[in-house]
Amino acid sequence: MAGSRMQLELSRVVQCTSRLGVLKGLGRTGQRSLEVPGCLLYTHFGTVPHLTQDTLHTMSNLPSVTQVTLSNIAEHQEVLEEFKDGFRKFAGLHDTVLYCSLHDPAMLCPTGYTTNKTVSVWGSGGRMELTVAKFMALQKSVQPDWYQSMADGETWQNSTSRKRVRKSVDRTLAHLDECLLVHQKSQELDGVEVFGVVEGGDILEERVRSARETAKRPVAGFCLDGLQTGSMDQSLRTQLIAAVNKELPEDKPRLLQGVGRPDEVLACIEAGVDLFESFFPFQVTERGCALCFSFDISPDPERAGRAPPAVLELGEEKDTAGDTKQNGDLNHDDQTQMTSFEINLKDRRYQDDFRPLVEGCGCYCCQNHQRAYLHHLLVTNELLAGVLLMIHNTSHYHGFFAALREALAEDKLDLLKRRVLRDGARQTERKEQDG
Amino acid sequence: MAATIECGADTNTSENNMSFKKALSVASSLTLQIVAECPVTKARVCDLILPHCAVNTPVFMPVGTQGTLKGITVDQLEALGCQICLGNTYHLGMRPGPDLIEKASGLHGFMNWKRNLLTDSGGFQMVSLVELSEVTEEGVKFKSPYDGKEILLSPEKSISIQNSLGSDIMMQLDDVVSSTVTGPRVEEAMHRSIRWLDRCIAANKNPHKQNLFAIIQGGLNSELRKACLAEMTKREVPGFAIGGLSGGEEKDDFWRMVTLSTDHLPREKPRYLMGVGYAVDLVVCVALGCDMFDCVFPTRTARFGSALVPWGSLQVKQKQYAKDFQPIDPDCQCPTCKRHSRAYLHALFKSDTAAMHHITIHNIAYQLNLMRSVRQSIVEGRFPEFIQTFMKRMFPSRDQYPSWAVDALASVNVTLE
Repeated sequence: MAGSRMQLELSRVVQCTSRLGVLKGLGRTGQRSLEVPGCLLYTHFGTVPHLTQDTLHTMSNLPSVTQVTLSNIAEHQEVLEEFKDGFRKFAGLHDTVLYCSLHDPAMLCPTGYTTNKTVSVWGSGGRMELTVAKFMALQKSVQPDWYQSMADGETWQNSTSRKRVRKSVDRTLAHLDECLLVHQKSQELDGVEVFGVVEGGDILEERVRSARETAKRPVAGFCLDGLQTGSMDQSLRTQLIAAVNKELPEDKPRLLQGVGRPDEVLACIEAGVDLFESFFPFQVTERGCALCFSFDISPDPERAGRAPPAVLELGEEKDTAGDTKQNGDLNHDDQTQMTSFEINLKDRRYQDDFRPLVEGCGCYCCQNHQRAYLHHLLVTNELLAGVLLMIHNTSHYHGFFAALREALAEDKLDLLKRRVLRDGARQTERKEQDG
Repeated sequence: MAATIECGADTNTSENNMSFKKALSVASSLTLQIVAECPVTKARVCDLILPHCAVNTPVFMPVGTQGTLKGITVDQLEALGCQICLGNTYHLGMRPGPDLIEKASGLHGFMNWKRNLLTDSGGFQMVSLVELSEVTEEGVKFKSPYDGKEILLSPEKSISIQNSLGSDIMMQLDDVVSSTVTGPRVEEAMHRSIRWLDRCIAANKNPHKQNLFAIIQGGLNSELRKACLAEMTKREVPGFAIGGLSGGEEKDDFWRMVTLSTDHLPREKPRYLMGVGYAVDLVVCVALGCDMFDCVFPTRTARFGSALVPWGSLQVKQKQYAKDFQPIDPDCQCPTCKRHSRAYLHALFKSDTAAMHHITIHNIAYQLNLMRSVRQSIVEGRFPEFIQTFMKRMFPSRDQYPSWAVDALASVNVTLE
């Protein structure tokens, strides 16, 4: 492989772990960059769910990196091979860095479908089995700027045995070596970066072994797999990530797969994660909800000491700052469950609520439409509901990441954390009162 | 006359007094300026000035049933050049209801659409969607599909809802009979529609900003149509619709009723042919003298992957397009065709609903462009030539031309080559 062009320039490391910086040298020309902590643009087959390019580009400050998954793409391999010019052009994505991952982070994959030589992905036509040869042939037809190496990530269930976890680490390393071998011989993949995948389930020693071994390979960065929401609680996740990161080189990015809730994102950033996948706003959209948590920590004196007016309906000013236990009762196993960071617009209370989703939000939805309209679109099952919610949720979520970086730069991560978690807690309280 | 009655009832402010006086003289808030008339056919190009903006006719009006055009934002619709779209009174009257929409400053405010809206009366949906409906002189009785309550949709009720919606063009409640029904029921419906028109005119609270259109009925019977035309054109209404067609009748009967109607409608008022939206029908009916059209077909068919093209339609989901890397229509300038290939859209249908939105955008663009070309050809005095070219492109050979279209066009002096 040609020397890795992807470069992580850290401008700040807070409390030895939280990292702020810029991932540079992205794209074929090496001219693109992505700020970290950051997140990638989540898509279905190159399309942000529900959105056309027109509606997508009502948003400014979108991430420069688009994520596509082999689960969507694998069944179209023949088409891409005939097309020849790669997925980016095929999908009409002219100006983006393309990252290709294995699975769709918004979907839980059934277990029991990997072997020593294969992994399975689920597309619209069902399961497809991939060998390294097929996996690499796909990468050649996709021509991403960077991709996740083939991995056996079937360790997310609590009942996974130590033996199975060890096997997943071994297989994933073997897949990586094979992928790299093919990669280095493939002219089409010249200049394309590979991320190695760290597995190890919930077993600390396996995590460390996986990280240590992967770091020895010529990879540009690391995917932390098998730590997704639902697989374990956050304290264990934090502990495992911290241990893994000790084994990983400082100057290479760490992408955490399958974690998107704001509270978990915050905790994982503190554990040293750089990159996330933005599937969370999609999940929120699919349940008819709008993200509304506040991440405003501006020092505006008028707002100081008070909750920001971002979400007007948040009632009482009971200060629960720093109290994160409120979220403890949330069902982490079910990713379709509403979280405390969102409001459910199907609720009758929004029927005649003529305010925007979030007061002061600059997104197309909030600038043009009211909660009552969104409520109407949802109860009448209108397609525009998904479009408008996706615009707002995507915009809100990326705004949250921008706020995160700003907080890190100004040493105010704790303040941001309190704000985000307090809002979450208040929402939970309110739900309980209503219930 | 009607305006007098209604405005008289709420002349409690000076502002209302003003509009009262204005209403006496105009009784409408639209003007129709004829820009060009085809010297061969009955086609014409007009500027229809409505409260929210001018509409260039002949015009196709996309249907946004529940206060939204399926999956498309109002900005996208505006960017496509749409000047007027439809909302359905039956649906909106049920959910979210007239009171809420009124609170949201009308349907314009509720959906944030800055251009014109046309609302139907709700009667058609009642007859077509709701099984338990009974038509009496009072109105249409039906059971709400949401709570089972019996509801009466009277002419007054329909207008009251449409007044709450605040549409630029409202439709009278008419007694809709399927176009395949014959006999005394058709005559009864025609006469009742005239009586209901008078009740609708009397009930309109906003004649100075909402234009009420009459709907010509009479089924497929020329005498009944003529009688209806004679009566309705005596009323001071701002525009007329040709109703009761496009419901499964023979096309031979359809075009004859259309042309008979336009023959008897006043030149200075807009003519709206309801429920018509296939490209060939549009071109032929423009030649027969119609100005406005609406149809759910282009947007509904889009969601099934059917893209409209000058040579008919293209089923994007069919396997033959999986490796077809051209745009839907290489000559189309819509956002979909400028960026995406048939192959990508074909694949995207398996992954995301945005595939539907892409085709919806394309199909609306197709309809609006078709009408734009029609208008331009009329203005430039070459509409007959336009028809020839259009038909040649649409059908592989002369013998595939539908005979009704050949006959209809011949009736307005266009002999297809």
